[in-house]
Formats: sequence, structure tokens, C-alpha cells
Amino acid sequence: MAESTHERIEKNVPLLIVLVIVAISFGTLVELVPLIFSKKMAEPVAGLEPYSALELEGRDIYIREGCYNCHSQMVRPLRAETERYGHYSVAGEFVYDHPFQWGSKRTGPDLARVGERYSDDWHRAHLYNPRDVVPESNMPAYPWLFDNELTGKYTAKKMQTLRILGVPYSDDDIAGAAASLEGKKEIDALVAYLQGLGTLIQTRR
Amino acid sequence: MSSFWSGWVIVLTVVTFVLITWILLANRKRTPVDQKTTGHNYDGIEEWDNPLPGWWFAMFMITIVWGFLYLIAYPGFGNFPGVLGWTSLEQHEQEVAKADETYRAMRDKYLALPIEEIYQDPKARKMGMRIYGNNCSQCHGLDAAGALGFPNLADGDWIFGGTPDQIKHTITAGRRAAMPAWEAILGEDGIAEATAYVLSLNSRDADPTQVKAGEKHYQTYCVACHGAEGKGNPALGAPNLTNGIWLYGGNAEQIAHSLRIGRNGVMPAFGNTLSEDKIHLVSAYIYGLSN
Repeated sequence: MAESTHERIEKNVPLLIVLVIVAISFGTLVELVPLIFSKKMAEPVAGLEPYSALELEGRDIYIREGCYNCHSQMVRPLRAETERYGHYSVAGEFVYDHPFQWGSKRTGPDLARVGERYSDDWHRAHLYNPRDVVPESNMPAYPWLFDNELTGKYTAKKMQTLRILGVPYSDDDIAGAAASLEGKKEIDALVAYLQGLGTLIQTRR
Repeated sequence: MSSFWSGWVIVLTVVTFVLITWILLANRKRTPVDQKTTGHNYDGIEEWDNPLPGWWFAMFMITIVWGFLYLIAYPGFGNFPGVLGWTSLEQHEQEVAKADETYRAMRDKYLALPIEEIYQDPKARKMGMRIYGNNCSQCHGLDAAGALGFPNLADGDWIFGGTPDQIKHTITAGRRAAMPAWEAILGEDGIAEATAYVLSLNSRDADPTQVKAGEKHYQTYCVACHGAEGKGNPALGAPNLTNGIWLYGGNAEQIAHSLRIGRNGVMPAFGNTLSEDKIHLVSAYIYGLSN
């Protein structure tokens, strides 16, 4: 009985692996690879600064607490979204984000432009217990952020790693990272991070 | 996209089309033609080698043709913009322009009128309520009753003033309260005495000797902003201390705490994100809550 092509591929595992990789890589090669080399994607918007040590720690708390599970950071160019959140997001706003926090699910609102929309006091009250300020909210409370102190133990290392990825931190930034976190709590870091989100592009609508 | 990457995308997309079509066509017939099974036979159960049913094959072909037509009509083939010239940004701009045409004129009609004339207009109130719900309710509450640390907007008491112009200014430029912390200056005894005096301003029970000492502190430190009678000063954002309305709580401990650590409440500015007509309408709505 002659061996069919099907049979040959199915019984030769290395060949199967190679062909599967070829088959599934087309999408990546077409949609992703050109963007990696695109200048437009790597050009920061005017005024974009790398995260300060405090904001960077806040961002890591944002990731640690899984905020991205319920909050996106991506305003799409749809009127319903730009009316509510402000100008649509552009690639240049995220060039120092490794990884970006676009997310894909909105149980809560989008946070791409949440910076400066609320007072620091509001963020603190809201993160301590969202129901205190928004009675109908179903967001969890994060009271431990008010107890945990920032150690700054890994902050400089994180910044060094980000510098390898292209974030322009200066030597002074890295050297002063731990000192700038002295006496700060996790809540301070998270609020600092949130208050900086999306403030570079503002439009009146 | 550079022309190299544009070509890269086009070539790979075409290769994908060709490969998918080839796989579909190559599997139309059994191989070898006369063989009905794959040769797998376990316990008398045979695995047949049937080609795709015709309707399934046809649907695959339709999606391939559809994909090809899509790439001709819409952007996708590298830098080729598609014959329809569609872009998501242009669609967004059109939607915005259309909405402006419909709603802006509606709002501009009210912008031309003073708030005193429109705050009772049902349509203006409805529009203002929507703007309020989207932008203000997170702090001030859907019912505008506020929360601890966030002012009630419906009670007729104003920290930075309740005239239409003052409300509009508060929303446009934001506000920043500036009550210093008095712990270092007054000490714990002084805080207790000042607290007693503030309680007495509201005719509440307090130790008379403490009230007397507290009055001295008050006339030295507090009078500049809160006024000789404790009625406050909207120009400075100093609240009235005599009307029983407390932004940060009105029991003795809460008052003492405010005195100790100071209060620096912030109202964010909306002048960068909300257009003037929207600020006008929401101001009218807020003004109407207590007038």
C-alpha cells in the first residue's frame, strides 16, 4: 500500500512540527513583523517621558493586582469611545510601555486617559473601597496598598532592563530610583501612575 | 510602511491565498483514488478517507473569494489603500462631524443664553444630567449628594461659590483647597481647643474653658479664611463652619483630624476635555439642583 502524503506528514513528527510552524506563522509575519520595524510605531508622541521610579512601581502594582483584567488602556477611534474617554489612543503614547497594558476586556471603564480626571484623594478613597464614592461599583477594594511600603529593591534593576529595551533612562534616574521611593506606600505609586495616563493628548469635546 | 514591507505583506498574503486554495483542491480527491480508508482498522472500526463534503468545500471557496474581494475594497494589501479609500480615522471623523451637526447646534442654542434662563428648561436639564452622569457623578454621586470628602452639590451650600459664573469657573479651571495642617502649630491641646470652638459655633456642647482658648486660636489662625463669624469665604474656598454641613465629617474627632492634617481637596479642571457648550449645560444643571 502506497503511503499517502497525509500519512507521511502524520508519522514524521519533525516534519509535522516544521509544517505546523510554517502554517501558523503567516499571520505573525504579515501583521506583526512589519510593525516591529516600523518607525511610526517607535516614535514617541511629543512630551512623552519615561515613567518615574514611583510611576514605574505603580505600573507594576497595576499589573500585579491584575487591573488589566477589567480595565483596558486603549481608546479606539469610535465616536462612542472618544466622546466618553477623549482622543483615541495613538501608537506613540505606548513606546515606553514594556509590555503595554491595552488589555482586551472592559468590566470597568477604559483607563487610557484617566490621568488628571480625578483628584488624588478620589483615587485613594476609590481604591480603598470603591463603594465609598461610587455606590454602584463592583470593583474590588485594595486596602493593603495603604499598608505596603515600597522597598525600591528592584526598581533600579527594572529601569536598567527597560533601558536595554530602549527606554531612555539616564544614569542619574537609575541611581536615584530607590531614594525617590523613600517612605512611599504602594498607593502613592499606583495613584502617581494613574494620574499620568494619557494626559499628553487632550481634546475638548 | 516602506515599500519593502509593503511588498512583504502583499507577497505573503498572496502566498497564503495560493497555499490555502491548493490544500483545498489537493484534498478534493482520495489518495490513492481507489482507496476508501486511511488504512486504519482497529477492532473492525475503519477510518475512512472521505474528501470534504461539497457544501463545506463551497463555503471555503466563498470565504477565499470574499477575502480577496475584501482586500481589493479595503486596506490590507500592504500600502494599497483599497478602491473604497476607507480608513478607520476618516470614518471616526465623519461620525464626529455628523454628531456635531446634530447636537452642537442644539447645545449652542443654550450656550447663547445665560444659565439663569436655561436651568429650568427640561431639555437643557436632561442634557446637563447626561453630561453630569458621565463626568461628575464618580465623585459627587449620581444623586449629587457627594460623599465624605466630596461636596454635596444639591444642598445649596457652596465652598467656592454657587453663582452660575462661579460654578462654571470651578468646572472649567478646577479648584484646589488650601487648608494648612495645624498640628505642629497648635499642638494636641490647641487642636482640642480649636475643635471645641468650632463646635460652639454650631451651638453644640463643648467645654467652656476650651471654647474660650479655642476662640483665641481661631482669631489668630483661622479667621483669615473662615471669617470672623466662621461663615467662610468662597473666594478662598473656605467653607462655612456654622451651618452643620461638613465635607470631612462633623463629629469632634473628625473636626480635630481636619485641623491636625489640613485639607487640600482638589476639583479637577474640565476645561481641557469638555467643550464650552457642555460645561455651560452641566453648570446649568448643577445650578438647578439647588435653585
